[in-house]
Amino acid sequence: MLKLENCVIDNGGFFLAADLAVERGRIVAVIGPSGGGKTTLLEAIAGFLPVIEGAVLWRGRDITALAPGARPVAMLFQDGNLFPHLSAAQNVGLGLRPDLRLSRDQWQTVEDALARVGLSGLGQRKPAALSGGQRARVALSRLMVQHRDIMLLDEPFAALGPALKAEMLVLVAELARESGATVLMVSHEPEDARRIADEVIFVDGGQAHPPLGTKALFASPPDALRAYLGGD
Amino acid sequence: MARRAQPLGAGPGIGAAACLAALILGTLAAVAWRAEAGGGLTAADWAAVRFTALQAALSASLSVALAIPVARALARRRFAGRRALIALLGVPFILPVIVAVLGLLQVFGRAGWVSEALGLFGLPPVRIYGLHGVVLAHVFLNLPLATRLILQGWQEVPAERFRLAAQLGFGPWAMLRLIEVPMLRQVVPGALAVVFAICLTSFAVALTLGGGPRATTIELAIYQSFRFDFDLGRAALLSGLQIVLTTGAAVVALRLARGTGFGAGLDRPVQRWDGRGAPARAGDAAWIGGTALFLILPLAAIAASGLAGFAGLPPAVWRAAAVSLAVAGVSTGLLLLMALPMAGAVALGRYGLIEVAGLLGLAASPLVIGTGLFILLRPYTDPTALALPVTALVNAVMALPFALRILVPRASEVVERHGRLALSLGMGRGAFLRLVFLPRMRAQIGFAAGLAMALSMGDLGVIALFAGAETATLPLQVYRLMGAYRMEAAAGAALLLLALSVGSFWILDRGGRWHAEA
Repeated sequence: MLKLENCVIDNGGFFLAADLAVERGRIVAVIGPSGGGKTTLLEAIAGFLPVIEGAVLWRGRDITALAPGARPVAMLFQDGNLFPHLSAAQNVGLGLRPDLRLSRDQWQTVEDALARVGLSGLGQRKPAALSGGQRARVALSRLMVQHRDIMLLDEPFAALGPALKAEMLVLVAELARESGATVLMVSHEPEDARRIADEVIFVDGGQAHPPLGTKALFASPPDALRAYLGGD
Repeated sequence: MARRAQPLGAGPGIGAAACLAALILGTLAAVAWRAEAGGGLTAADWAAVRFTALQAALSASLSVALAIPVARALARRRFAGRRALIALLGVPFILPVIVAVLGLLQVFGRAGWVSEALGLFGLPPVRIYGLHGVVLAHVFLNLPLATRLILQGWQEVPAERFRLAAQLGFGPWAMLRLIEVPMLRQVVPGALAVVFAICLTSFAVALTLGGGPRATTIELAIYQSFRFDFDLGRAALLSGLQIVLTTGAAVVALRLARGTGFGAGLDRPVQRWDGRGAPARAGDAAWIGGTALFLILPLAAIAASGLAGFAGLPPAVWRAAAVSLAVAGVSTGLLLLMALPMAGAVALGRYGLIEVAGLLGLAASPLVIGTGLFILLRPYTDPTALALPVTALVNAVMALPFALRILVPRASEVVERHGRLALSLGMGRGAFLRLVFLPRMRAQIGFAAGLAMALSMGDLGVIALFAGAETATLPLQVYRLMGAYRMEAAAGAALLLLALSVGSFWILDRGGRWHAEA
């Protein structure tokens, strides 16, 4: 279980409060208005922002003070998920060993991971020579080889078209189910949440609310969420 | 705010800055300690101070005054060769001063082209030595820099202003008063201050074209009291004076200067609708043509006479060339060892570093550091034996402010763009340096290394102070050949020096950009 106990996160003067828990293996959508604190929540879990009060726990262990790379967390950002001067295979390889000194077996693992997302034979290409969808797949296969317990996705597919984005989300769900990882993904589209998420965390006005079941939540949203969703 | 995790360490950069500060402040302390205040300043010393300030003021005002119409013409005209001309404006920065001086002598000297042309009409030859020679050389070397700085100002005027001006039918006067003068008021003081500061510490020009009681700069006076009188106390006193002047000028220049003139996109013309009349066009053509001639003729003269002297170059010249390559190589290595960690530290938010380094680098003059090092080394060893390492070190320090201006923006960008990903992958500092930081900085490293190599290659400063009779770098060798009136060999050696400076710049700059992704 991932637990944020009475956390206050400082994002350069913007404060986000979070007191919530996510069960292991769940896929959770994080939704809410822009500037509400969705990215702040993920960056705190990943270790990029200081938690000034409270604690972050994974399976009972306090990880609040750990460096980003030492946490059981793999994260995809809105952009800049690949190093443009490294090949696709090297970018994936970084997930196995961040100093890129890989054994032959590990390079094979990289090949397999690329094949798993439909990119066999494209390992030597640099990101500039790949399409947007292919770049997203490279990032996902790195997420795969990282084998971290928690995957954080901060809208990495926002630049893709709707069909491609849906495809990527399905792929994320597949990969997560295979590895049993816990997923937190930021989204602007309630549709994304409905598509793959078991639960939804609503973040608004400096407050991250505990997760609620996706179906139940959208069936009878609380007032703040209703205001955000708009419409009927 | 609590500190964010960082992919790099600031420690090495802070260490490098501390070493730099220790070196510069240590030499200054040595100078202060040896300075014989008791003797006070002689009339000759005051004359040197006056001459230094006068020539710098004249050089700065002339360079900038000429640069304004040239930049204006370049900003609003499109013509074949415009890009080449703007590229040419960057050359004097890496042009060895001694080569420029030799070229100017061949055009404007006693037996030069201009004097010969005057002779045809029975007029006396031009006299280039003294104040006007020093100013001429400084204008030749700094007019391009001033032009680039001011051109940048013109290009920063929003395009909408010119469109609006065309819409309202502004005449030349309205244009000048409402758009151009306000822009110039912002840009010109900085350009003046930068050129003034550069000319204050100029040594090689004064050494070759100045001299005598009426045309001696402080730097030259330091050199003379060192080489001819071996009066360390007086050299130190003069150094102290020089420090006060240059620090003042450097502070003012840093305050006022905005751009570096290195900026990309200077070859993009400004879209304008005025200045279409024949007089304006003819005027602009004259400014552009005149500047191009002024810059190209001396270089062409070196090329022409250098080729003639090239075949019979004495072996000492080739030896000196090898020495220069080695010194410049070591100097470039030292520079990168200092500049890269410092750029990294600044990228992590230690902005104070660059201010200090920039100020120290600008304020310290090579001869002052040289004098200080000489005083420090003398109790332990024969300083002349260390002439080459000291030259490499001082050259690296001199190139540092430029290198930082090139490296820092990119370093900040790399840390900003890739730092989080590297941290989330658990990449250590060594791996980040090897896999991300250095590969992503390659183009900027190549550019900075090229500048450092060319600057060191062409430097005639501290080496003249330290070198014994048997050691010489190529610029010093050229100077010695000139002193011996072996002008043909000097021109040949100067051509070799020019080729080595420009060539090493080109190779390093190109090498850095080769197959580099954006």
